[in-house]
Amino acid sequence: MKSVWLYALAVVGLMLAAFGAFVASPGASPPQAALDQSRTRTSAAGLYVASVEPQVAEIRQGELHAWILTVKTAGGSPLDDAVITVEGGMPDHNHGLPTAPEMTQSLGGGRYLVEGIKFSMTGWWELKFGISAPAGTDTVTFNLVL
Amino acid sequence: MLASAGILGGCGADDLTDAEKAIVVSLSLSSLPALPADPTNRYADDPAAAALGATLFFDQRMSRDGAVSCATCHKIDRQFQDDLPLGKGAGTTNRRTMPLAGVAWGPWFFWDGRRDSLWAQALAPLEDPREHAGTRTFYAHFMKEAFGERYERIFGPLPDLSAVPADAGPLGTEAQRSAWAAMTPMQQEAVDRVFSNIGKAIAAFERSLAPEETRFDRFARALATGKVPGAGETLSAEEIAGLRLFIGKAACSTCHTGPRLTDDSFHNTGVPAVTGLPEDIGRAKGAMDVAADPFNCLGRFSDAGPDACGELRFTVRDASQLERAYKPPSLRGAATRPPYMHAGQFATLREVVDHYAAAPAAPSGLSELHPIELSERERQQLIAFLETLAN
Repeated sequence: MKSVWLYALAVVGLMLAAFGAFVASPGASPPQAALDQSRTRTSAAGLYVASVEPQVAEIRQGELHAWILTVKTAGGSPLDDAVITVEGGMPDHNHGLPTAPEMTQSLGGGRYLVEGIKFSMTGWWELKFGISAPAGTDTVTFNLVL
Repeated sequence: MLASAGILGGCGADDLTDAEKAIVVSLSLSSLPALPADPTNRYADDPAAAALGATLFFDQRMSRDGAVSCATCHKIDRQFQDDLPLGKGAGTTNRRTMPLAGVAWGPWFFWDGRRDSLWAQALAPLEDPREHAGTRTFYAHFMKEAFGERYERIFGPLPDLSAVPADAGPLGTEAQRSAWAAMTPMQQEAVDRVFSNIGKAIAAFERSLAPEETRFDRFARALATGKVPGAGETLSAEEIAGLRLFIGKAACSTCHTGPRLTDDSFHNTGVPAVTGLPEDIGRAKGAMDVAADPFNCLGRFSDAGPDACGELRFTVRDASQLERAYKPPSLRGAATRPPYMHAGQFATLREVVDHYAAAPAAPSGLSELHPIELSERERQQLIAFLETLAN
Protein backbone atom coordinates (compact mmCIF):
# COMPACT_ATOMS: atom_id res chain seq x y z
CA MET A 1 0.00 0.00 0.00
CA LYS A 2 2.81 2.32 0.93
CA SER A 3 4.36 2.07 -2.50
CA VAL A 4 1.03 2.98 -4.12
CA TRP A 5 0.88 6.20 -2.08
CA LEU A 6 4.48 6.98 -2.87
CA TYR A 7 3.69 6.47 -6.53
CA ALA A 8 0.65 8.71 -6.30
CA LEU A 9 2.74 11.36 -4.59
CA ALA A 10 5.36 11.12 -7.30
CA VAL A 11 2.67 11.52 -9.98
CA VAL A 12 1.27 14.56 -8.21
CA GLY A 13 4.76 16.01 -7.92
CA LEU A 14 5.42 15.47 -11.61
CA MET A 15 2.11 17.02 -12.58
CA LEU A 16 2.81 20.07 -10.45
CA ALA A 17 6.28 20.38 -11.95
CA ALA A 18 4.81 20.09 -15.42
CA PHE A 19 2.22 22.72 -14.60
CA GLY A 20 4.95 25.00 -13.30
CA ALA A 21 6.84 24.53 -16.55
CA PHE A 22 3.72 25.64 -18.48
CA VAL A 23 3.40 28.77 -16.45
CA ALA A 24 7.09 29.53 -16.90
CA SER A 25 7.05 28.68 -20.60
CA PRO A 26 7.36 31.71 -22.87
CA GLY A 27 4.93 30.00 -25.26
CA ALA A 28 3.46 32.44 -27.74
CA SER A 29 4.08 35.43 -25.50
CA PRO A 30 4.43 38.42 -27.76
CA PRO A 31 7.60 40.46 -27.61
CA GLN A 32 5.59 42.10 -30.40
CA ALA A 33 3.40 43.87 -27.85
CA ALA A 34 5.60 46.95 -28.15
CA LEU A 35 5.42 47.03 -31.96
CA ASP A 36 3.83 49.98 -33.68
CA GLN A 37 0.97 48.36 -35.58
CA SER A 38 -0.65 51.56 -36.78
CA ARG A 39 -2.10 51.59 -40.27
CA THR A 40 -0.79 55.07 -41.11
CA ARG A 41 2.93 55.72 -40.98
CA THR A 42 5.49 58.23 -42.19
CA SER A 43 8.14 56.85 -44.52
CA ALA A 44 11.67 56.26 -43.22
CA ALA A 45 13.14 59.51 -44.56
CA GLY A 46 9.95 61.48 -44.00
CA LEU A 47 9.14 62.02 -47.69
CA TYR A 48 5.69 60.41 -47.66
CA VAL A 49 2.81 59.47 -45.41
CA ALA A 50 1.29 56.08 -46.25
CA SER A 51 -1.84 54.30 -45.07
CA VAL A 52 -2.89 50.72 -45.62
CA GLU A 53 -6.34 49.24 -45.73
CA PRO A 54 -6.72 45.46 -46.10
CA GLN A 55 -9.58 44.60 -48.47
CA VAL A 56 -10.96 41.88 -46.21
CA ALA A 57 -13.00 42.24 -43.05
CA GLU A 58 -10.55 40.08 -41.13
CA ILE A 59 -7.03 39.06 -42.11
CA ARG A 60 -6.99 35.28 -41.94
CA GLN A 61 -3.93 33.12 -41.91
CA GLY A 62 -3.23 31.63 -45.33
CA GLU A 63 -5.82 33.64 -47.26
CA LEU A 64 -4.72 35.50 -50.35
CA HIS A 65 -6.07 39.05 -50.30
CA ALA A 66 -5.49 42.63 -51.47
CA TRP A 67 -4.65 45.86 -49.67
CA ILE A 68 -5.18 49.45 -50.71
CA LEU A 69 -2.11 51.59 -50.12
CA THR A 70 -2.71 55.32 -49.97
CA VAL A 71 0.29 57.61 -50.39
CA LYS A 72 0.46 61.31 -49.63
CA THR A 73 3.34 63.71 -49.81
CA ALA A 74 4.73 65.07 -46.57
CA GLY A 75 2.58 68.13 -47.30
CA GLY A 76 -0.56 65.99 -47.39
CA SER A 77 -1.40 65.92 -51.12
CA PRO A 78 -2.31 62.57 -52.67
CA LEU A 79 0.56 61.11 -54.70
CA ASP A 80 -0.31 59.40 -57.97
CA ASP A 81 2.01 57.75 -60.47
CA ALA A 82 4.52 56.57 -57.89
CA VAL A 83 6.40 53.33 -58.46
CA ILE A 84 5.45 51.01 -55.62
CA THR A 85 7.38 47.90 -54.62
CA VAL A 86 6.36 45.41 -51.94
CA GLU A 87 8.58 43.33 -49.68
CA GLY A 88 8.30 41.90 -46.23
CA GLY A 89 8.57 38.82 -44.11
CA MET A 90 8.93 37.48 -40.61
CA PRO A 91 12.01 38.90 -38.89
CA ASP A 92 11.86 36.13 -36.26
CA HIS A 93 11.97 33.30 -38.78
CA ASN A 94 14.54 34.32 -41.39
CA HIS A 95 12.02 34.33 -44.18
CA GLY A 96 10.25 36.72 -46.49
CA LEU A 97 6.61 36.80 -47.51
CA PRO A 98 5.10 33.53 -48.71
CA THR A 99 3.89 35.35 -51.82
CA ALA A 100 5.29 38.12 -54.02
CA PRO A 101 2.59 40.81 -53.82
CA GLU A 102 2.50 43.48 -56.50
CA MET A 103 0.96 46.89 -56.99
CA THR A 104 -1.35 46.00 -59.87
CA GLN A 105 -3.38 49.17 -60.32
CA SER A 106 -3.14 52.87 -59.58
CA LEU A 107 -6.65 53.82 -58.49
CA GLY A 108 -6.19 57.61 -58.42
CA GLY A 109 -6.29 59.93 -55.44
CA GLY A 110 -2.99 58.51 -54.21
CA ARG A 111 -4.54 55.05 -53.89
CA TYR A 112 -2.90 51.88 -55.16
CA LEU A 113 -4.22 48.32 -55.33
CA VAL A 114 -1.71 45.80 -53.95
CA GLU A 115 -2.65 42.20 -54.75
CA GLY A 116 -1.28 38.84 -53.67
CA ILE A 117 -0.76 39.42 -49.95
CA LYS A 118 -0.77 36.34 -47.74
CA PHE A 119 0.34 35.68 -44.18
CA SER A 120 0.99 31.99 -43.85
CA MET A 121 1.92 31.84 -40.19
CA THR A 122 0.92 33.37 -36.90
CA GLY A 123 3.34 35.89 -35.43
CA TRP A 124 5.02 39.15 -36.33
CA TRP A 125 5.04 40.17 -39.98
CA GLU A 126 6.56 43.22 -41.66
CA LEU A 127 5.23 44.64 -44.92
CA LYS A 128 7.57 47.16 -46.53
CA PHE A 129 6.54 49.39 -49.41
CA GLY A 130 9.09 51.15 -51.57
CA ILE A 131 7.75 54.45 -52.92
CA SER A 132 9.49 56.15 -55.82
CA ALA A 133 8.30 59.51 -57.18
CA PRO A 134 9.92 62.79 -58.30
CA ALA A 135 10.29 63.80 -54.63
CA GLY A 136 12.57 60.79 -54.10
CA THR A 137 12.62 57.14 -53.14
CA ASP A 138 11.64 56.15 -49.64
CA THR A 139 10.30 53.11 -47.78
CA VAL A 140 7.56 52.65 -45.25
CA THR A 141 7.17 49.58 -43.04
CA PHE A 142 3.98 48.31 -41.45
CA ASN A 143 3.91 45.76 -38.65
CA LEU A 144 1.24 43.19 -38.25
CA VAL A 145 0.80 40.47 -35.64
CA LEU A 146 -1.40 37.59 -36.65
CA MET B 1 -5.74 7.05 -4.94
CA LEU B 2 -8.91 9.07 -5.23
CA ALA B 3 -7.02 12.21 -4.39
CA SER B 4 -4.40 11.57 -7.03
CA ALA B 5 -7.05 10.68 -9.60
CA GLY B 6 -8.73 13.99 -8.90
CA ILE B 7 -5.53 15.88 -9.44
CA LEU B 8 -4.81 13.94 -12.62
CA GLY B 9 -8.22 15.02 -13.91
CA GLY B 10 -7.43 18.58 -12.86
CA CYS B 11 -4.28 18.63 -14.98
CA GLY B 12 -6.32 18.11 -18.10
CA ALA B 13 -8.46 20.12 -20.45
CA ASP B 14 -9.66 22.40 -17.65
CA ASP B 15 -6.21 23.93 -17.35
CA LEU B 16 -6.10 25.13 -20.93
CA THR B 17 -6.38 28.90 -21.14
CA ASP B 18 -9.07 30.44 -23.32
CA ALA B 19 -6.38 31.39 -25.84
CA GLU B 20 -5.13 27.80 -25.91
CA LYS B 21 -8.65 26.46 -26.29
CA ALA B 22 -9.20 28.77 -29.27
CA ILE B 23 -6.02 27.44 -30.90
CA VAL B 24 -7.07 23.85 -30.19
CA VAL B 25 -10.40 24.43 -31.93
CA SER B 26 -8.63 26.12 -34.86
CA LEU B 27 -6.57 22.95 -35.36
CA SER B 28 -9.56 20.63 -35.26
CA LEU B 29 -11.75 19.38 -38.07
CA SER B 30 -14.64 21.55 -36.91
CA SER B 31 -12.61 24.46 -38.34
CA LEU B 32 -12.17 22.80 -41.74
CA PRO B 33 -13.91 24.98 -44.34
CA ALA B 34 -16.13 23.45 -47.01
CA LEU B 35 -14.17 21.88 -49.85
CA PRO B 36 -12.98 24.85 -51.92
CA ALA B 37 -14.14 25.06 -55.52
CA ASP B 38 -11.54 24.37 -58.19
CA PRO B 39 -12.28 26.88 -60.95
CA THR B 40 -9.42 25.44 -63.03
CA ASN B 41 -11.34 22.16 -63.38
CA ARG B 42 -14.91 22.47 -64.61
CA TYR B 43 -15.38 18.74 -63.98
CA ALA B 44 -14.16 18.96 -60.37
CA ASP B 45 -17.59 18.23 -58.93
CA ASP B 46 -18.97 16.10 -61.75
CA PRO B 47 -19.83 12.67 -60.28
CA ALA B 48 -19.28 10.90 -63.60
CA ALA B 49 -15.81 12.44 -63.85
CA ALA B 50 -15.07 11.40 -60.26
CA ALA B 51 -16.21 7.85 -60.99
CA LEU B 52 -13.98 7.65 -64.06
CA GLY B 53 -11.16 9.17 -62.03
CA ALA B 54 -11.56 6.50 -59.35
CA THR B 55 -11.34 3.81 -62.02
CA LEU B 56 -8.23 5.37 -63.54
CA PHE B 57 -6.62 5.84 -60.12
CA PHE B 58 -6.55 2.07 -59.56
CA ASP B 59 -5.94 0.96 -63.17
CA GLN B 60 -2.45 -0.44 -63.70
CA ARG B 61 -2.85 -0.21 -67.44
CA MET B 62 -2.18 3.52 -66.90
CA SER B 63 1.57 2.75 -67.11
CA ARG B 64 4.19 1.66 -69.58
CA ASP B 65 4.71 -1.80 -68.08
CA GLY B 66 1.09 -2.33 -67.01
CA ALA B 67 2.10 -2.71 -63.38
CA VAL B 68 1.80 0.82 -61.95
CA SER B 69 -1.30 2.76 -60.99
CA CYS B 70 -1.70 5.84 -58.78
CA ALA B 71 -2.62 3.35 -56.04
CA THR B 72 0.78 1.62 -56.33
CA CYS B 73 2.27 4.42 -54.21
CA HIS B 74 -0.96 5.98 -52.91
CA LYS B 75 -2.20 2.81 -51.19
CA ILE B 76 -5.85 2.97 -50.21
CA ASP B 77 -5.38 1.05 -46.95
CA ARG B 78 -2.26 3.04 -45.96
CA GLN B 79 -3.57 6.62 -45.96
CA PHE B 80 -2.85 6.72 -49.71
CA GLN B 81 0.93 6.56 -49.17
CA ASP B 82 3.41 3.68 -49.29
CA ASP B 83 5.47 3.65 -46.05
CA LEU B 84 8.69 3.94 -48.09
CA PRO B 85 11.38 6.63 -47.83
CA LEU B 86 11.21 7.06 -51.62
CA GLY B 87 8.26 6.27 -53.88
CA LYS B 88 8.69 3.26 -56.19
CA GLY B 89 6.91 2.94 -59.54
CA ALA B 90 8.65 1.88 -62.73
CA GLY B 91 11.79 3.08 -60.94
CA THR B 92 12.62 4.84 -57.68
CA THR B 93 11.80 8.51 -57.25
CA ASN B 94 13.77 10.87 -55.03
CA ARG B 95 10.85 11.92 -52.82
CA ARG B 96 8.58 10.40 -50.20
CA THR B 97 5.03 9.65 -51.43
CA MET B 98 2.58 12.11 -49.88
CA PRO B 99 -0.70 10.96 -48.28
CA LEU B 100 -3.89 12.24 -49.91
CA ALA B 101 -6.48 12.92 -47.18
CA GLY B 102 -7.55 16.55 -47.52
CA VAL B 103 -5.32 17.08 -50.55
CA ALA B 104 -7.99 19.11 -52.39
CA TRP B 105 -7.99 21.81 -49.71
CA GLY B 106 -4.44 22.96 -50.49
CA PRO B 107 -3.21 25.38 -53.16
CA TRP B 108 0.11 23.63 -53.92
CA PHE B 109 0.96 20.03 -54.75
CA PHE B 110 4.06 17.88 -54.22
CA TRP B 111 6.60 18.67 -51.50
CA ASP B 112 7.91 21.57 -53.55
CA GLY B 113 4.59 22.87 -54.93
CA ARG B 114 5.66 22.25 -58.52
CA ARG B 115 2.00 21.98 -59.54
CA ASP B 116 -0.84 24.36 -58.67
CA SER B 117 -3.91 22.19 -59.15
CA LEU B 118 -4.84 18.67 -58.24
CA TRP B 119 -5.41 17.75 -61.88
CA ALA B 120 -2.05 19.14 -63.01
CA GLN B 121 -0.47 17.19 -60.15
CA ALA B 122 -2.09 13.95 -61.27
CA LEU B 123 -0.52 14.32 -64.72
CA ALA B 124 3.09 14.61 -63.62
CA PRO B 125 3.65 11.03 -62.37
CA LEU B 126 2.01 9.65 -65.52
CA GLU B 127 4.87 11.02 -67.63
CA ASP B 128 7.65 10.45 -65.12
CA PRO B 129 9.90 7.56 -66.25
CA ARG B 130 10.36 6.55 -62.59
CA GLU B 131 6.62 6.38 -61.95
CA HIS B 132 4.00 5.43 -64.60
CA ALA B 133 6.54 6.02 -67.38
CA GLY B 134 3.93 6.60 -70.11
CA THR B 135 3.62 9.33 -72.72
CA ARG B 136 0.79 11.69 -73.59
CA THR B 137 -0.12 9.97 -76.83
CA PHE B 138 0.03 6.59 -75.06
CA TYR B 139 -2.58 7.79 -72.55
CA ALA B 140 -4.75 9.40 -75.24
CA HIS B 141 -4.83 6.13 -77.22
CA PHE B 142 -5.48 4.16 -74.04
CA MET B 143 -8.45 6.37 -73.12
CA LYS B 144 -9.95 5.93 -76.57
CA GLU B 145 -9.54 2.15 -76.51
CA ALA B 146 -10.41 1.40 -72.88
CA PHE B 147 -12.79 4.18 -71.81
CA GLY B 148 -13.84 5.95 -75.04
CA GLU B 149 -17.56 5.90 -74.32
CA ARG B 150 -17.26 6.99 -70.68
CA TYR B 151 -14.79 9.70 -71.61
CA GLU B 152 -17.01 11.13 -74.34
CA ARG B 153 -20.09 11.20 -72.11
CA ILE B 154 -18.18 13.51 -69.75
CA PHE B 155 -15.77 15.47 -71.89
CA GLY B 156 -17.30 15.33 -75.37
CA PRO B 157 -15.89 13.76 -78.54
CA LEU B 158 -12.39 12.32 -78.50
CA PRO B 159 -10.15 13.60 -81.29
CA ASP B 160 -9.16 11.53 -84.31
CA LEU B 161 -6.01 9.79 -83.17
CA SER B 162 -5.44 7.66 -86.29
CA ALA B 163 -2.42 9.72 -87.35
CA VAL B 164 -1.11 10.25 -83.81
CA PRO B 165 1.98 8.17 -82.87
CA ALA B 166 1.47 5.47 -80.27
CA ASP B 167 4.20 6.68 -77.97
CA ALA B 168 5.12 10.36 -78.10
CA GLY B 169 5.51 13.12 -75.56
CA PRO B 170 7.55 16.23 -74.81
CA LEU B 171 9.23 14.75 -71.70
CA GLY B 172 10.11 11.20 -72.72
CA THR B 173 13.09 9.55 -74.39
CA GLU B 174 14.72 11.13 -77.41
CA ALA B 175 12.59 8.98 -79.72
CA GLN B 176 9.39 9.94 -77.86
CA ARG B 177 10.32 13.61 -77.92
CA SER B 178 11.10 13.64 -81.63
CA ALA B 179 7.86 11.79 -82.39
CA TRP B 180 6.07 14.51 -80.39
CA ALA B 181 7.93 17.28 -82.20
CA ALA B 182 6.88 15.78 -85.53
CA MET B 183 3.17 16.08 -84.65
CA THR B 184 1.21 19.14 -85.80
CA PRO B 185 0.41 21.77 -83.14
CA MET B 186 -3.26 20.82 -83.57
CA GLN B 187 -2.53 17.16 -82.88
CA GLN B 188 -0.44 18.12 -79.87
CA GLU B 189 -3.19 20.29 -78.49
CA ALA B 190 -5.81 17.60 -79.03
CA VAL B 191 -3.68 15.08 -77.14
CA ASP B 192 -2.90 17.60 -74.39
CA ARG B 193 -6.64 18.17 -74.05
CA VAL B 194 -7.32 14.45 -73.53
CA PHE B 195 -4.35 14.23 -71.18
CA SER B 196 -5.55 17.20 -69.11
CA ASN B 197 -9.04 15.67 -68.90
CA ILE B 198 -7.52 12.47 -67.49
CA GLY B 199 -6.01 14.62 -64.74
CA LYS B 200 -9.32 16.41 -64.20
CA ALA B 201 -11.16 13.09 -63.74
CA ILE B 202 -8.55 11.78 -61.27
CA ALA B 203 -8.70 15.10 -59.39
CA ALA B 204 -12.51 14.91 -59.22
CA PHE B 205 -12.11 11.54 -57.49
CA GLU B 206 -9.36 12.76 -55.15
CA ARG B 207 -11.58 15.62 -53.98
CA SER B 208 -13.59 13.01 -52.10
CA LEU B 209 -10.61 12.10 -49.89
CA ALA B 210 -11.43 14.13 -46.79
CA PRO B 211 -9.49 14.05 -43.52
CA GLU B 212 -10.96 11.62 -41.00
CA GLU B 213 -12.03 12.56 -37.52
CA THR B 214 -9.50 11.69 -34.81
CA ARG B 215 -9.59 11.56 -31.04
CA PHE B 216 -8.05 15.03 -31.00
CA ASP B 217 -11.02 16.36 -33.02
CA ARG B 218 -13.52 14.76 -30.65
CA PHE B 219 -11.60 16.24 -27.70
CA ALA B 220 -11.64 19.69 -29.34
CA ARG B 221 -15.34 19.46 -30.08
CA ALA B 222 -16.17 18.60 -26.48
CA LEU B 223 -13.89 21.45 -25.40
CA ALA B 224 -15.61 23.94 -27.72
CA THR B 225 -19.11 22.99 -26.61
CA GLY B 226 -18.12 22.85 -22.94
CA LYS B 227 -19.80 19.48 -22.48
CA VAL B 228 -18.40 16.77 -20.27
CA PRO B 229 -16.19 14.67 -22.55
CA GLY B 230 -17.50 11.17 -23.16
CA ALA B 231 -15.66 8.02 -24.15
CA GLY B 232 -13.19 8.66 -26.97
CA GLU B 233 -13.33 12.42 -26.40
CA THR B 234 -10.62 12.76 -23.79
CA LEU B 235 -6.90 13.28 -23.95
CA SER B 236 -4.62 12.06 -21.19
CA ALA B 237 -2.60 14.49 -19.09
CA GLU B 238 0.46 13.40 -21.07
CA GLU B 239 -1.27 14.13 -24.39
CA ILE B 240 -2.55 17.52 -23.20
CA ALA B 241 0.95 18.41 -22.06
CA GLY B 242 2.15 17.52 -25.57
CA LEU B 243 -0.61 19.61 -27.09
CA ARG B 244 0.44 22.61 -25.02
CA LEU B 245 4.03 22.17 -26.15
CA PHE B 246 2.86 21.82 -29.75
CA ILE B 247 1.07 25.17 -29.69
CA GLY B 248 3.45 26.77 -27.17
CA LYS B 249 7.12 26.28 -26.45
CA ALA B 250 7.84 23.83 -29.26
CA ALA B 251 6.11 26.17 -31.76
CA CYS B 252 5.08 23.32 -34.07
CA SER B 253 1.80 25.06 -34.83
CA THR B 254 3.63 28.01 -36.33
CA CYS B 255 3.72 26.02 -39.57
CA HIS B 256 1.54 23.00 -38.73
CA THR B 257 -1.49 25.19 -38.36
CA GLY B 258 -5.20 25.17 -39.18
CA PRO B 259 -7.35 22.05 -39.34
CA ARG B 260 -5.06 20.31 -41.83
CA LEU B 261 -2.03 21.18 -39.70
CA THR B 262 -0.16 22.79 -42.56
CA ASP B 263 0.24 26.42 -43.61
CA ASP B 264 0.39 25.43 -47.32
CA SER B 265 3.63 27.37 -47.63
CA PHE B 266 7.29 26.35 -47.97
CA HIS B 267 9.94 26.29 -45.27
CA ASN B 268 13.58 25.35 -44.92
CA THR B 269 13.81 23.45 -41.65
CA GLY B 270 17.36 22.17 -42.10
CA VAL B 271 16.30 18.65 -43.02
CA PRO B 272 19.46 16.73 -43.98
CA ALA B 273 20.22 15.83 -47.59
CA VAL B 274 20.25 12.15 -48.52
CA THR B 275 23.58 10.81 -49.72
CA GLY B 276 23.32 9.39 -53.20
CA LEU B 277 20.27 11.40 -54.30
CA PRO B 278 20.60 14.24 -56.81
CA GLU B 279 20.81 17.76 -55.39
CA ASP B 280 17.37 18.80 -54.17
CA ILE B 281 16.69 22.54 -53.77
CA GLY B 282 13.00 22.16 -52.94
CA ARG B 283 10.71 25.09 -53.66
CA ALA B 284 13.51 27.01 -55.41
CA LYS B 285 13.00 24.60 -58.30
CA GLY B 286 9.30 23.94 -57.65
CA ALA B 287 8.47 27.64 -58.15
CA MET B 288 10.19 27.63 -61.55
CA ASP B 289 8.59 24.33 -62.55
CA VAL B 290 5.04 25.44 -61.81
CA ALA B 291 5.53 28.70 -63.71
CA ALA B 292 6.67 26.71 -66.74
CA ASP B 293 3.97 24.02 -66.51
CA PRO B 294 1.65 24.19 -69.56
CA PHE B 295 -1.13 22.76 -67.37
CA ASN B 296 -0.94 25.50 -64.72
CA CYS B 297 -3.78 27.82 -63.71
CA LEU B 298 -2.87 30.38 -66.39
CA GLY B 299 -2.44 27.79 -69.14
CA ARG B 300 -4.86 27.05 -71.97
CA PHE B 301 -6.14 23.83 -70.39
CA SER B 302 -7.18 25.58 -67.19
CA ASP B 303 -10.86 26.47 -66.99
CA ALA B 304 -10.18 29.53 -64.81
CA GLY B 305 -9.43 33.11 -65.76
CA PRO B 306 -6.35 34.91 -64.43
CA ASP B 307 -8.34 36.34 -61.51
CA ALA B 308 -8.54 32.85 -60.02
CA CYS B 309 -4.77 32.36 -60.35
CA GLY B 310 -3.54 34.61 -57.53
CA GLU B 311 -1.45 31.87 -55.94
CA LEU B 312 0.45 31.36 -59.18
CA ARG B 313 0.60 35.01 -60.24
CA PHE B 314 2.01 36.15 -56.91
CA THR B 315 4.31 33.22 -56.25
CA VAL B 316 7.71 34.06 -54.82
CA ARG B 317 10.33 33.20 -57.44
CA ASP B 318 13.43 34.54 -55.70
CA ALA B 319 15.40 31.31 -55.36
CA SER B 320 17.48 32.59 -52.44
CA GLN B 321 14.34 32.61 -50.28
CA LEU B 322 13.23 29.17 -51.42
CA GLU B 323 16.37 27.05 -51.21
CA ARG B 324 15.48 23.64 -49.72
CA ALA B 325 12.08 24.91 -48.61
CA TYR B 326 9.37 22.23 -48.54
CA LYS B 327 5.67 22.18 -47.75
CA PRO B 328 4.78 21.16 -44.20
CA PRO B 329 2.73 17.98 -44.61
CA SER B 330 -0.48 17.56 -42.67
CA LEU B 331 0.23 15.85 -39.36
CA ARG B 332 -3.10 14.06 -39.42
CA GLY B 333 -2.25 10.38 -39.41
CA ALA B 334 1.48 11.13 -39.39
CA ALA B 335 2.14 9.06 -36.27
CA THR B 336 1.21 5.86 -38.11
CA ARG B 337 3.02 6.56 -41.37
CA PRO B 338 6.79 6.74 -40.89
CA PRO B 339 9.27 7.50 -42.35
CA TYR B 340 9.24 11.30 -42.26
CA MET B 341 10.36 14.28 -44.35
CA HIS B 342 10.53 14.75 -48.11
CA ALA B 343 12.89 11.86 -48.68
CA GLY B 344 12.03 9.76 -45.65
CA GLN B 345 15.09 11.01 -43.77
CA PHE B 346 13.75 10.20 -40.29
CA ALA B 347 12.53 6.74 -39.31
CA THR B 348 10.59 7.74 -36.19
CA LEU B 349 8.68 10.66 -34.70
CA ARG B 350 11.33 10.75 -32.00
CA GLU B 351 13.96 11.54 -34.63
CA VAL B 352 11.69 14.26 -36.00
CA VAL B 353 11.20 15.88 -32.58
CA ASP B 354 14.94 15.62 -31.85
CA HIS B 355 15.69 17.34 -35.17
CA TYR B 356 13.36 20.26 -34.47
CA ALA B 357 14.73 20.67 -30.95
CA ALA B 358 18.34 20.65 -32.15
CA ALA B 359 17.68 22.90 -35.18
CA PRO B 360 20.82 22.01 -37.14
CA ALA B 361 22.08 24.23 -39.95
CA ALA B 362 20.53 23.47 -43.35
CA PRO B 363 22.61 21.63 -46.00
CA SER B 364 21.94 24.71 -48.15
CA GLY B 365 19.83 27.81 -47.72
CA LEU B 366 18.89 29.11 -44.30
CA SER B 367 16.95 27.05 -41.76
CA GLU B 368 14.05 28.90 -40.13
CA LEU B 369 14.40 26.87 -36.93
CA HIS B 370 15.73 28.02 -33.61
CA PRO B 371 16.94 25.43 -31.08
CA ILE B 372 14.35 24.57 -28.42
CA GLU B 373 15.16 23.04 -25.05
CA LEU B 374 12.91 20.05 -24.64
CA SER B 375 13.32 17.54 -21.84
CA GLU B 376 13.10 13.83 -22.45
CA ARG B 377 9.63 13.87 -20.94
CA GLU B 378 8.51 16.79 -23.10
CA ARG B 379 9.67 14.98 -26.25
CA GLN B 380 7.54 12.00 -25.24
CA GLN B 381 4.59 14.27 -24.53
CA LEU B 382 4.81 15.80 -28.01
CA ILE B 383 4.82 12.34 -29.57
CA ALA B 384 1.89 11.30 -27.38
CA PHE B 385 -0.05 14.31 -28.67
CA LEU B 386 0.81 13.54 -32.31
CA GLU B 387 -0.62 10.06 -31.78
CA THR B 388 -4.01 11.58 -30.91
CA LEU B 389 -4.08 12.89 -34.51
CA ALA B 390 -3.88 9.35 -35.82
CA ASN B 391 -6.60 7.47 -34.00
